[in-house]
Amino acid sequence: MKKNETEIMAHPLEDLVRMERIPHIWCPGCGIGSVFTSCLSAIKQSNIPYNQFTMVSGIGCSGRGAGYINIDSFHTTHGRAIPFASGIKMARPDLNVIVFSGDGDLFAIGGNHFIHAARRNMDMTVVCVNNLTYGMTGGQVAATTPHKAKSATTAAGNSETPFNLPLLAYASGATYVARWTMLHARDLADSIQEAIQRRGFSFIEVLSPCPINYGRRNKEKTLETLKKYHENTIVKNGANPAELDVDFNKGVILGKFIDIDRPTCDELYRKMYWPQEQGTAENRKTG
Amino acid sequence: MKSQVLTGEHFINGDEACAEGAIAAGCKFFGGYPITPATEVAEQMSVRLPHVGGTFIQMEDEIAAMTSILGAAWAGFKTMTATSGPGFSLMMETVGLAVVTETPCVVVNVQRAGPSTGLPTQGAQGDMMQARWGSHGDYEIIALAPSSPQEMFDLTITAFNLSEKYRTPVFIMSDEIVGHMSEKVIIPEGRKIKTFSRVKPTGRKDRFKPFQPGPLGVAPMPAIGDGYNVHVTGLTHNEKGYPVMSVDIQKEMMERLLGKIRNNLDDIILTEDYRLKDAEIVLVSYGVSARTAYTAVEEARAMGIRMGLLRLITVWPFPEQRIRDLAKKVKGFITVEINMGQISREVQRCAGIVPSFIAGHTGGAVVPPDDVLKIAKEFLA
Ligand SMILES: Cc1ncc(C[n+]2csc(CCOP(=O)(O)OP(=O)(O)O)c2C)c(N)n1
Ligand code: SF4
Ligand SMILES: [Mg+2]
Repeated sequence: MKKNETEIMAHPLEDLVRMERIPHIWCPGCGIGSVFTSCLSAIKQSNIPYNQFTMVSGIGCSGRGAGYINIDSFHTTHGRAIPFASGIKMARPDLNVIVFSGDGDLFAIGGNHFIHAARRNMDMTVVCVNNLTYGMTGGQVAATTPHKAKSATTAAGNSETPFNLPLLAYASGATYVARWTMLHARDLADSIQEAIQRRGFSFIEVLSPCPINYGRRNKEKTLETLKKYHENTIVKNGANPAELDVDFNKGVILGKFIDIDRPTCDELYRKMYWPQEQGTAENRKTG
Repeated sequence: MKSQVLTGEHFINGDEACAEGAIAAGCKFFGGYPITPATEVAEQMSVRLPHVGGTFIQMEDEIAAMTSILGAAWAGFKTMTATSGPGFSLMMETVGLAVVTETPCVVVNVQRAGPSTGLPTQGAQGDMMQARWGSHGDYEIIALAPSSPQEMFDLTITAFNLSEKYRTPVFIMSDEIVGHMSEKVIIPEGRKIKTFSRVKPTGRKDRFKPFQPGPLGVAPMPAIGDGYNVHVTGLTHNEKGYPVMSVDIQKEMMERLLGKIRNNLDDIILTEDYRLKDAEIVLVSYGVSARTAYTAVEEARAMGIRMGLLRLITVWPFPEQRIRDLAKKVKGFITVEINMGQISREVQRCAGIVPSFIAGHTGGAVVPPDDVLKIAKEFLA
């Protein structure tokens, strides 16, 4: 009986979670945990051995993802997950590299690294939890905060214009671009899996609520945000990236927008600089 | 395939010698960003690395360059970057990440005169304190100062060995003059070059703690994919690598980080004595300035002044005890450096009541030996 009980209680993703670090830091009603779960599901359903993965995060609530996954994982500095991951990928092209971080981390302080990794077609999967704000520091305006939205540093409303992230990714050279919300858990997991299993720079934006530091200020309860995710979104695969502004009044477009095959940064480097794959086996042995 | 080590006699500049030292040490990854006068290190690495199965990447800025070498280090490789003042400033936050995550890597700073853009093509030694304290928080760091192209080769190997042994970033604090000066550089046979690689863990993978000190206070370091499932964070962490926001764990972690350097000073600190035995005036110098200091010692001796030189090959950790011991028997110290008072302050701190002076320069040129002699003569008069 005892054995059965534990079998029932074990979460199907438990082997991918550092259970000794649970409870996690995310607030009740926060969407990050759902995005993280979809990411773990994607890893699991890919059937690739776990030690062929590594996860890199920057700093922020979303950036805590790397701390909970039970694979080699790195919680770096604010904005620098992508260059850290690029170092890993170029040194060990055989690894599957996943970057899990927030909108502030990846697109404000780390924006330059994002566009260059996309341009290089650095073979990695970037999952961006877009909660439209800097959650961790208390809800200041971000590069993704909608025009007129309130934040801790825009009391009367945001006077600036946010990024259209899929358009930015596409223009920079990303070869896979998709957007989901955390509510679309299955589509999201499948999309992350697809990104993992293809070559090239893959970008997946995930809209996710920060009820504590964004929702409250903008008079939006978590359930209302989820309702918008459900009712005011439309799945339109292949949509023109230029039409992907996040505007729930008009309806937010989700789906897979870009999926192009193009050689990756590490493949092209090897081809140009190690034409006979010289020395790879012997010289690249570590330690 | 070409040999990894270009054994033989070469006439090359300091930057190139540094790159050859890195190759000889087993460096397999370089993340760079061009900047005068360090560019030649990157250029040479871009040419050499592919021949030894290594990877060069020019990143989008120095923050990315520095961060990429940490990722590649955890992927299992010996890694390096090279820069000068403006890039060194940009790297500082990541230097702290390297220190706290105990990530071995080598960072070369071919110094030019600052502040800001300064004199891009002219040498200085104005980043010495930045090397010590440039990243926020309290930490220990290792920095070596080569005085010649030959030492750019030799000390780059030493830097890799120390970084691998102590799992810490190591700085090579060179300068434009040594970086761009061409001299004879002898590269020994590969098998005669002593290299050290990080200790890898053995034993039960589930019980492994990536920050639990072993011999020398340093933990073995696995590579990504070895199956140890490590978590690495810049947050204060316990020996398992997990964040713990407590005063106690902060203390434990800091004592470990400081201790692995402070408890191994004899192994880390390299100095060279020149005519010190009977000296009453001791010059303390490093890098290109030590060359000036040699000349000053010769000229002083010719004039009957008993002068000697303590050359710092390791500048950080600072050889405090050595200065304290010398202070017991000499009349005074003169620090020769191309700045207006950095290492001289350390000397003064350790010299106690013994007078201590600086023969400094605002940058862009070496300190003339005459400046040193003038100070010595005025002091003795
Ligand atoms: C260099 C640096 N600047 C600022 C901070 C403070 N900081 C921590 S998290 C964060 C914003 C994170 O926003 P985002 O990436 O959107 O993550 P979220 O918390 O919203 O998930 C900032 C500004 C920092 N840690 N480092
Ligand atoms: S502050 Fe916002 S983003 Fe951060 S954990 Fe709480 S709800 Fe989530
Ligand atoms: Mg955010």
